[in-house]
Amino acid sequence: MRTLVRPAVLRTPRGRLVYWSLLVVALLAFTVAFIIPLYWMTTGGMKSSPELARNPPTYVPEQWHPGNYADAWDELDLATYFGNTIVLIGGAWLLGLAVQLPAAYALSKLRPRFGNVILGLMLITLMVPATVLLIPTYLTVSDVPIFGTNLINEPAAVWLPAAANAFNIYVLKNFFDQIPNDLLDAARIDGAGPFATMWRIILPLSRPIIAVVSILSISALWRDFLWPLVVLPDPAEQPITVYLQRIADTTSLNLLIAGLVLASIPLVAIFLIFQRQILAGLTAGSLKG
Amino acid sequence: MTAPATVTKGHGREASRRRGPERRRRLTENVTAYGFLCAALVVFALFAWYPVVRNVILSFQEVNFVRGSSWVGLENFAHVLDDPLFGTAWRNSALFTLYALVLGFAVPFLTAVLINEFRHARAYFRILVYLPVMLPPVVVALMWRWFYLPEGGLINEVLGSVNLPTSQWLNSADTSLISLVIVSTWANMGTATLIHLAALQTIPGDLYEAAELDGASIWRRVWHVTIPQTRFVILMLLLLQIVATMQVFTEPFVMTGGGPQDSTVTVMLLIYRYAFVYNNFGAASAMSLLLLAVLAVFSAAYLRVTRGRQS
Repeated sequence: MRTLVRPAVLRTPRGRLVYWSLLVVALLAFTVAFIIPLYWMTTGGMKSSPELARNPPTYVPEQWHPGNYADAWDELDLATYFGNTIVLIGGAWLLGLAVQLPAAYALSKLRPRFGNVILGLMLITLMVPATVLLIPTYLTVSDVPIFGTNLINEPAAVWLPAAANAFNIYVLKNFFDQIPNDLLDAARIDGAGPFATMWRIILPLSRPIIAVVSILSISALWRDFLWPLVVLPDPAEQPITVYLQRIADTTSLNLLIAGLVLASIPLVAIFLIFQRQILAGLTAGSLKG
Repeated sequence: MTAPATVTKGHGREASRRRGPERRRRLTENVTAYGFLCAALVVFALFAWYPVVRNVILSFQEVNFVRGSSWVGLENFAHVLDDPLFGTAWRNSALFTLYALVLGFAVPFLTAVLINEFRHARAYFRILVYLPVMLPPVVVALMWRWFYLPEGGLINEVLGSVNLPTSQWLNSADTSLISLVIVSTWANMGTATLIHLAALQTIPGDLYEAAELDGASIWRRVWHVTIPQTRFVILMLLLLQIVATMQVFTEPFVMTGGGPQDSTVTVMLLIYRYAFVYNNFGAASAMSLLLLAVLAVFSAAYLRVTRGRQS
């Protein structure tokens, strides 16, 4: 495909020279900007404490202490906090789908009275960033109206507000709208009720969009810091991110760095494995939404 | 004569007989649909709609968990406005947003334009630029706090090794805010870059062809073809970024705690302090309401842009 520069220009000697020098400069710049910090982290986690405190710093550890990672895992009790993170994110993701899929299906295919009003009211919440509503949502979670329960220090304090995601419902509804009604009519004639229709017809056809919504939800939950910081004051309940911030000033630097690296590995690994799908889903979700 | 009459009559009777079941059928349909919707309605009511209303109410109340809350009129707003940090926090958030526009907005766009010209290593560029988005912001903030150390930190070491001037970074009130913007740009530019890249690939090649035939230089082609052709995505990302950066919290909270000399106290950090340090939920709500009003302008503009595009 033709872009800014004419392909013919790239074939001239001067064009080729400019192209290759720009490419090399860009490769170097990207590597310095994005690989060096990660290299510095992983090797920093393998240095001894005195070596870490040295100025100027060493580029390659003089003595390798890969054992720091095992020490960090044990001494910082990372397994517990990884477990908390998985419970928080996994629960919020599943609950979110369980709430949003039927809602989008109802708004798209069952079309009840006032359905459009409800959708409009949901979309209005997109104008109000959740962070700004920190205080009233916090007070609501600490004393849920009607139910009268206090969810502070409960995983539900993270799960429930995350389920109220208008963007996901909107994206899912738009996708369901494109599924032809003939398919649903055929299912109804075969005796399928609304739930069976959703479960057997809509959901299998919607795997790609469910994947997109899942990626967006999980990465948003993974990145969120302020909300778990506020609703999970009990150290035993905190996800790994809140926990690392809390212990940052009282832990020896090499163990902390090893902890930071370990905390980063799961999502980076998932990204590197599924990068094609994730990057495609990301741009599809953002340009359509 | 009689036959059509009976037909009409029979038809009418049948219709009236059918209207009952018809209405009942529609009722069951509505009940079923609301059954599918009810979970969403409950979570939205409790955690999305009610908090908006409650935020307004709270900002006019003194919140007391023991004695119950009481109305205090505009006292919370007066308290917030009297705080010497009020102006500081707004100025810092606005400056953060401004710097982030200069840096965090221009860099992803230019990066995307550049990558789009390359015929090699495109996957490498895309993966690298998106990698930091996968790191939790807390990890990014803690690791950069260490990189920024003036003595023995990575950044000064790299700058010093190529004879560039070093800096105090987070330790000086003059550079602390821009240091946070650099971190936030590094961590978040992947998303914007990839969205720009996707938009660039939708530009028809003949537009560049035509511009070139008219004698347009490469810069004029960027200005007159690339930017107008992707203006929707540019505007969308611009508004999204303003809304996101005006709420910045994690970087100042983790990296500087608002210092040195309050140079990185942002609006969200102040809201957090009111509520969870000073236990003044009324003042925190008043401040939130002000932030909400400012952000609503940009959010409304964003919705207008995206909806205008769809119709």
